[in-house]
Amino acid sequence: MYSEKVMDHFSNPRNVGEIEDASGVGTVGNAKCGDIMRIFLKIENDVIVDVKFKTFGCGAAIATSSMATEMVKGKTVEEALKITNQAVAEALDGLPPVKMHCSLLAEEALKAAIEDYQKKQQAQKEAAQAD
Amino acid sequence: MSIYLDNAATTATKPEVLEAMLPYFTQVYGNPSSIHRTGRDARRAVERAREQVAAALNADKGEIYFTAGGSESDNWAIKGTAFAHRAKGNHIITTQIEHHAVLHTCQWLERQGFEVTYLPVDADGLVDPADVERAITDKTILVSVMMANNEIGTIEPIAEIARIARAHGVLMHTDAVQAVGAVEVDVRALGVDMLSLSGHKFYGPKGVGALYVRRGVKLDTYMHGGAQERGRRAGTEYLPGIVGLGKAIELATADIAGHAARLTAMRDRLIDGILKEIPYARLNGHRTRRLPGNVNVSIEYIEGEALLLRLDLAGIEGSSGSACTSGSLDPSHVLLAIGLPHEIAHGSLRLTLGDYNTEADVDATLAALPEIVRTLRDMSPMYQDMLEGALK
Repeated sequence: MYSEKVMDHFSNPRNVGEIEDASGVGTVGNAKCGDIMRIFLKIENDVIVDVKFKTFGCGAAIATSSMATEMVKGKTVEEALKITNQAVAEALDGLPPVKMHCSLLAEEALKAAIEDYQKKQQAQKEAAQAD
Repeated sequence: MSIYLDNAATTATKPEVLEAMLPYFTQVYGNPSSIHRTGRDARRAVERAREQVAAALNADKGEIYFTAGGSESDNWAIKGTAFAHRAKGNHIITTQIEHHAVLHTCQWLERQGFEVTYLPVDADGLVDPADVERAITDKTILVSVMMANNEIGTIEPIAEIARIARAHGVLMHTDAVQAVGAVEVDVRALGVDMLSLSGHKFYGPKGVGALYVRRGVKLDTYMHGGAQERGRRAGTEYLPGIVGLGKAIELATADIAGHAARLTAMRDRLIDGILKEIPYARLNGHRTRRLPGNVNVSIEYIEGEALLLRLDLAGIEGSSGSACTSGSLDPSHVLLAIGLPHEIAHGSLRLTLGDYNTEADVDATLAALPEIVRTLRDMSPMYQDMLEGALK
């Protein structure tokens, strides 16, 4: 039921792990539904220089996490925000219809991590102004 | 070659069974209703199979009806009883852990104006017979409780429940699809009025089953048409399948105690090994009142489908009650009924042993599983959070 690409990213997921001093971390999903994704971003000069993930979920959830992290590496924040769940699914040669929500989760986790980064940036800026 | 640990889903057809079936495709292909010799030969084969099924269940051959499988047998028993006894009442009692063939049939009957009580089970998956008695009203016409659960393997106290039903003049059906061929099934000792079974669960062919209907039980026809099965179930008999079912049930019940003892030993080694090697794992279902080949464990902080795929890559075939494998958003209704929270139900793994499994299969599974679980947990944010929480 899964494409070869999905099975490849599921059996050899790229970028599994954590980033200690991440610029942004996003966690989405919930255990009740059987999917949790957490994406860690390391951003320098607005470019995503490193990315890692941890996922609790099915084969499609793990494969979409892996693919999404591959797709954002080296991209600017603005470019990364343009990545859609459709693009992630397409890069995996498609997902079974019941699994499309997994690709949505990858997009959401990425956006949440970027939002976290932007909030931290904002807080830093405000702190700098207050000084 | 894969290690097949999904014998509760289906079993391989035994070569002896296939061999018994083959002549009925190409040589004795007659319609059992035909009057000529080829038809009479076919009829004899059907009646011999009926005797084999009856002997295995301690029933009379006139009480055995062939169907297209377990689901049809369940549908027929429940709908047939409901409509035949509508004048007496409209209440049916069943449990929350039945197979969908029973649950969805009951839900459909609710839409036809029947009332259904779905009894809860305890943490081991056992139905309390006292709950059955309390649920019976003067409108109750049927109690349907499965003999053994397909997911967690718990064996229900059917004889006790049947005694209660009979004392109240209520008919008793049991879905024994998982039990027949695995444990002793004697319809007289159980005291049931109807019992469903399915051939492919005990090394017979798929697409054929039977319903035991105690003599004298009033049951509406479910499949209308010709006068097959003494006018109660229409349709030209699936002759080779029926022959295969007869042969399979004979083989499966020839030495049921020896067969159960062998599987139970492997089952217990698998359960003990998993619980010893894998932290944060729990057994689902009763520890001893359990099908000989059933292992069902919840492995926390990982998801069942991912676990199944990894096992499959390692050449081990099992199943899971996770939402991702059930095709819905909710994990298995059985695991929820025994009180598991959703996140633990998602991480369930069912491994079911059969006649073709060996001790080497158990060894290989115990060697592969802990490493797979470790890999998936290393990937799991829940596991990370739990470890960090434990440190704090």
